[in-house]
Amino acid sequence: MSRTLHGVAAALAVLLASSTAAFAQDPSGKLVVVTSFPKDLTSAFQQAFQKAYPKVTLEVLNRNTNAGVKYLQETASNNGTDLFWASAPDAFEVLKGANLLQAYKPKVEGIPEKVGAYPINDPEGMYAGFAASGYGIMWNSRYMKANELPAPKEWSDLAKPVYYDHVAISAPSRSGTTHLTIETILQGEGWEKGWRTNKEIAGNYRTITERSFGVPDGVNSGSFGIGIVIDFFALSSQASGFPVEFVYPTVTTIVPANIGIVKNAPNKAAAETFVDFILSPQGQEVLLQPAIRRLPVNPATYAKAPADYPNPFKDTSLGSQVNFDVEVSQARYNVVDALFDQLITFQLDGLKAATRAIHQADAALAKKPNDKAKALLAEARDLVAAMPVTAQEAADPQLSGAFTVERKSATDAVPERQAQVEQKWAAFAKDNYAAARKKAEEALALAR
Amino acid sequence: MTSLALTRESIARVRPGPAVAAVLIALFLLLFLVVPVVQVIFVAFQDKTTGSFTLINFVDFFRNDLFMRSFWNSFYVSAMSVVVASALALPLAYLTTRFEFRGAVLIQSLGIIPLIMPPFIGAVAMQLLFGRNGTVNLLLRDHFGISIPFMEGLNGVIFVQSIHYFPFILINLSASLKNIDRAMEESAQNLGCHGFRLFRRIVFPLAMPGYVAGASLVFIKVFDDLGTPLLLNVNDMLAPQAYLRISSIGIADPMGYVISVVLIVCSLLALWVSALAMKGKDYATVQRGGGGLARRRMKPLELVAAYAVVLLILVLVLAPHIGLTLLSFATIWSFSPFPDAFTMKHYGTVFLESGQYITNTLLYASLAALLDVVIGTAIAYLVLRSKLPGRQWLDYIAMAALAVPGVVLGIGYLRSFYDVPMPFTGQPLSGFWLILVFALAIRRLPYALRACTAALQQVSNSLEEAAENLGATKLRTISRVVVPLMSGGILAGFVTSFATAAVELSATIMLVHSQSDAPLAYGLYVYMQSAAGRGPGAALGVFAVVIVGLGTYLSHVIIERGRRERGQDH
Repeated sequence: MSRTLHGVAAALAVLLASSTAAFAQDPSGKLVVVTSFPKDLTSAFQQAFQKAYPKVTLEVLNRNTNAGVKYLQETASNNGTDLFWASAPDAFEVLKGANLLQAYKPKVEGIPEKVGAYPINDPEGMYAGFAASGYGIMWNSRYMKANELPAPKEWSDLAKPVYYDHVAISAPSRSGTTHLTIETILQGEGWEKGWRTNKEIAGNYRTITERSFGVPDGVNSGSFGIGIVIDFFALSSQASGFPVEFVYPTVTTIVPANIGIVKNAPNKAAAETFVDFILSPQGQEVLLQPAIRRLPVNPATYAKAPADYPNPFKDTSLGSQVNFDVEVSQARYNVVDALFDQLITFQLDGLKAATRAIHQADAALAKKPNDKAKALLAEARDLVAAMPVTAQEAADPQLSGAFTVERKSATDAVPERQAQVEQKWAAFAKDNYAAARKKAEEALALAR
Repeated sequence: MTSLALTRESIARVRPGPAVAAVLIALFLLLFLVVPVVQVIFVAFQDKTTGSFTLINFVDFFRNDLFMRSFWNSFYVSAMSVVVASALALPLAYLTTRFEFRGAVLIQSLGIIPLIMPPFIGAVAMQLLFGRNGTVNLLLRDHFGISIPFMEGLNGVIFVQSIHYFPFILINLSASLKNIDRAMEESAQNLGCHGFRLFRRIVFPLAMPGYVAGASLVFIKVFDDLGTPLLLNVNDMLAPQAYLRISSIGIADPMGYVISVVLIVCSLLALWVSALAMKGKDYATVQRGGGGLARRRMKPLELVAAYAVVLLILVLVLAPHIGLTLLSFATIWSFSPFPDAFTMKHYGTVFLESGQYITNTLLYASLAALLDVVIGTAIAYLVLRSKLPGRQWLDYIAMAALAVPGVVLGIGYLRSFYDVPMPFTGQPLSGFWLILVFALAIRRLPYALRACTAALQQVSNSLEEAAENLGATKLRTISRVVVPLMSGGILAGFVTSFATAAVELSATIMLVHSQSDAPLAYGLYVYMQSAAGRGPGAALGVFAVVIVGLGTYLSHVIIERGRRERGQDH
């Protein structure tokens, strides 16, 4: 009896499914996701999703964000990818700009407009935020103990002499998340002051890694002590047992990690289901797993989180200091990356030498004050902090034109080639750092 | 009689075989190397604003401090790596071929193992052991209050690269040493030449083709290697600069492509110089029956010294593997000389998931290596023994593959083959797994080619002439005389191609189209990107080393057996 009922119900369901929109709720086939997320995250979602939708085979292709964007661009003519899934909102902006995404409005209810000061979803619906992340400082407690270092709290702490040669970051041109950190400091403190902070911290860098993952990796293994990272790297390392700690500085941004459906997705129905799934309570809970540790965008999910899990919806101080302006960030995106590379990444030796000399002179002056030396030292600091371009110039389309992805038309004249601009900046930094070092050494001589 | 001679002569003049082979190889290289790379490199000669042809990008390159610094750094690191790699390879090769030495086969196999390790993983392990806060330095600091900057800046790159690539010298040099006619050495000894002088004046010069082949490979490979400097965060070298430009800025900025062109030109120059060094010298020895150096018995003291040297080098060379193994069993390994505790968990994690990766890798790498030795032997033969016009170009083009960054090849393939549908399925051609094999084969072809060329240089032309005079056809001569005599070099080529193809990452990562077709290196990359620890990645790495090592050993055994059956054992 019950079997017949079941059969009838099943038949009805099939009928319903094939005749109405309900079909979308029971998708099947292959679903191809290109993602920059680590296996810990993707396989947890993969398992949960396959359990809920056994007819869909989820195929996850790992590529770093830049390679993923390039892959989608190169394969657009005959697209075989359904979803693009990555942290950096700007990667999605690039795809959106290239008309490679398609709009979808998730069916899930209860997700707020904003997390921190940042909108969760793209206003045009081309991509949706599914998790949030903030930026902060992680450190290895064994390393700190062995080197007798205090725990840092704010970005400016990292500029202190005690941290010389102990800090690491990944290059913003290589890591979308680091770019946001740098931009956050620039927006939080203003262009001139922000760069000063960035360069003072940079003077203490041990290394600048090529991959964003290189930073937590190095802190975990203890090859350097302190890293500037996106929160989940630190939180998941900690949850996995590494002796690391993490703090959000006051000036931080909480930014959504996103998912978007690729234009001409071969399996659109399944792609939509997947987006709805990861936003559903069930999907959001996956984010709490120890190896993942991202902040859910659904405020209700925090009820199930372990104690002391950061909650940007409740702890309003998180990310509230900075009213992150996406427009401003977008306008100078490539310029900021190129400036960081030319002034810091590729001139690190010069910058560190100048910083070391300044630290030494500073220490000597503390013991034996000397006005002339003090003035020299201030000059040295200004030389390090000096920027070859102003905030206005950085946002000028003429300058960023040298860095843009494609020329609009042959008549769009670009005043200078990228390589020329870069060489100019590099020379500026090199000369300034050398001069700063000299001044600091003079100051030290006077203070002795 | 005269008519027979005439036909022979006319056939010899036409020689359709070499021409057909040359055309086929040229087509293959054109399709899978030149076209994709030119598609990408075109950008280097393009004015960014107008799209017209220009050389201004190259002017920018030479005016730029950073690029020039990178250029010199690359040059310095490559040259130093050759020096250090030679210091590692020479004693191993010489001792194992020249003396009666127990465990010689083991040493030679161990000498191949460094190549099996993906460089980016090797650097991870080396940093754990030799880094600023690695095992060695932590112990030194605790007990003696000192530390040694093995891994600081360019030193680190040189250290990791020489350990990783010294087998190129070892394999080629050993093959060369084995091929030296014993009579040469004996005559020298009869004339009163002994010891180091014998080595310097007779043995080493005769083994030059192998040494130069190996050293030029090391030089070019280090010059163009990406993974190691990137992982050690040494950015101011040419290959990382090219990669950083291409992958972060993309087509907007031509400099990445300009650097690629510079890399290719430098590699060709290095090859040209090594060819010049070999020019006008004859290394072939005629007598084969008693070939190979006579093995001498060592005096007890010499034996102890020899073992000490070999052991020291082996420990150094196997350090990345030791580090990787430790990591694969480690729970947490953080700022301490050794892991906190050991576990089998990571092996459990990867055991169930890695079957597909392993079968794919074995399939791709062996097909690619097979393709490489076939093409390599053919090119070597055409270049050295045929009179085809332009034959040298086959060699140049194939060798240029060495300098093509994997990313460039990957992007080039996507660009060239993505819109080509497969017959029957309609799937893009670039998504077909065979494309991965071609990419691997192209990237590894230079190794096989150098090994085959060195092997052929040592086979005297007169042996061929003799076979032909006795009535053998050209094809029969090649298959029954030339190839068997080259088998040591071919084996070296196969093994290097196979082992390195199995761990190639940069080109494959762009081309992997579905998880089920993905090779091991892709799996390693994915596993290693976890903030929750690199244990599973290390475990997969150990699997990779064991599997590829076994594959390498098996191919060695099979080919050696073949040699022995043909009575060429020495």
